[in-house]
Amino acid sequence: MTDSRYPSAAQLAEAVEGFLREEVMPSVEGRLQFQTLVAANVMAILGRELTDGPAAAADHAEQLAALGFADDVQLVAAIRSGDLDGRMGEVLATLRPSVEANVKIANPKHLGPREG
Amino acid sequence: MDSGALASVVAGALGVAVVEISGLARLSGGASRQSWSFDAIHADGVEELILRLAPGGAIDLGGVGSNDVGATMLLEAAAMREAKRVGVPVPAVLVASADPKPLGGSFIVMSRIAGETIARKILRDDTFADIRPSLAAQCGDILGKLHQMNPATLPPMNDSYQLDGLRAVLDGSGVASPMLELALRWLDQHRPRETRRTVVHGDFRNGNLVISPEGVRAALDWELVHLGDPMEDLGWLCTRAWRFGGKPPVGGFGEYDELFGAYEQSSGVAVDPTVVKWWELLGTVKWGVICIVQANRHLVGGQRSVELAAIGRRLAEQEYDCLNLLEELTS
Repeated sequence: MTDSRYPSAAQLAEAVEGFLREEVMPSVEGRLQFQTLVAANVMAILGRELTDGPAAAADHAEQLAALGFADDVQLVAAIRSGDLDGRMGEVLATLRPSVEANVKIANPKHLGPREG
Repeated sequence: MDSGALASVVAGALGVAVVEISGLARLSGGASRQSWSFDAIHADGVEELILRLAPGGAIDLGGVGSNDVGATMLLEAAAMREAKRVGVPVPAVLVASADPKPLGGSFIVMSRIAGETIARKILRDDTFADIRPSLAAQCGDILGKLHQMNPATLPPMNDSYQLDGLRAVLDGSGVASPMLELALRWLDQHRPRETRRTVVHGDFRNGNLVISPEGVRAALDWELVHLGDPMEDLGWLCTRAWRFGGKPPVGGFGEYDELFGAYEQSSGVAVDPTVVKWWELLGTVKWGVICIVQANRHLVGGQRSVELAAIGRRLAEQEYDCLNLLEELTS
């Protein structure tokens, strides 16, 4: 069973993405085709965010709390003031999962093997 | 695009009575400038040309570039002329103007160089298989020459917007990014000693190079030319965003030592890889800030565009690349 807001927002986004990719793109060219590709990619981002965004946001809030901050604004202020200068490694390691989660939403192809 | 107006601009520049514009087509890509390809047919022959146009008035890049689009267009043209003199492959400038009246914006008309600019094709098409292994060295050779351009031949340039400017733009953007902030903090505390101050291209990377099966034919997009540490150009060329999924660090097509070796040979100056790495991280932060600025052009700048909005989300990639670089630099 699923709730009556059906299809879900993510499914609607996926339908629009398919329309842009499969029906609009082949029938236009040049700049409009490029813009359509961009729009299709944006719909794919929306779909992934609707599905994975809430959990990613909750995880990020937990990581911030582990570092002792309520939100990114506070964390950024602390970084700037130098309060975290001795804790760079800890901050990087703590935030890695949410940084990766954001890439997974925005462009999962970017999460490849790390390069030197 | 008013092809009648374009025809009279080109006719004036060529010194001929009548020009017929043929095959006028807008090229895709290019979020801040328009590029148009066309042929100019006149009594003595055909010129294959590109029009670079900054439509409308000033674009607020918030300090990442100059706000005066007309002045920037003239600087760009002057830089290409000086680059040609020192042996950097560039299009020949036919005419440049900051007057928005004839074409609706400041513009440059230049020769069209045959070749490919689309980075993914350069990295993957068989046509470029033979030339790919030598591209990093060619870039090093070209940059070594480029950094010998005479700044006195150019209009006044920005020279100090890099690190402090990026921080100011980020502050004004309304976006709190812990990764960009960590990178800025580290960069600020590890500033390399500047050994040379030269003309810097500012956007020399895969995607702004015209490449044919014979090699690099032209360096394009001189709008960010400025005075600074020449190592900035090497670091930017190696920034991950410009590898387009390719594994090798230099533009996705080559290795650091190929770039550095050729640069040292053509410039006579030794390369310190740790300084290039500093600029690579700065380039990653800069790309992140530009992502935000581009999104804001759409969100608050009155330039509605799904392309600009989408570029905003590429911030996530830059944050991830900052994280990896910071781990590498601090481990």
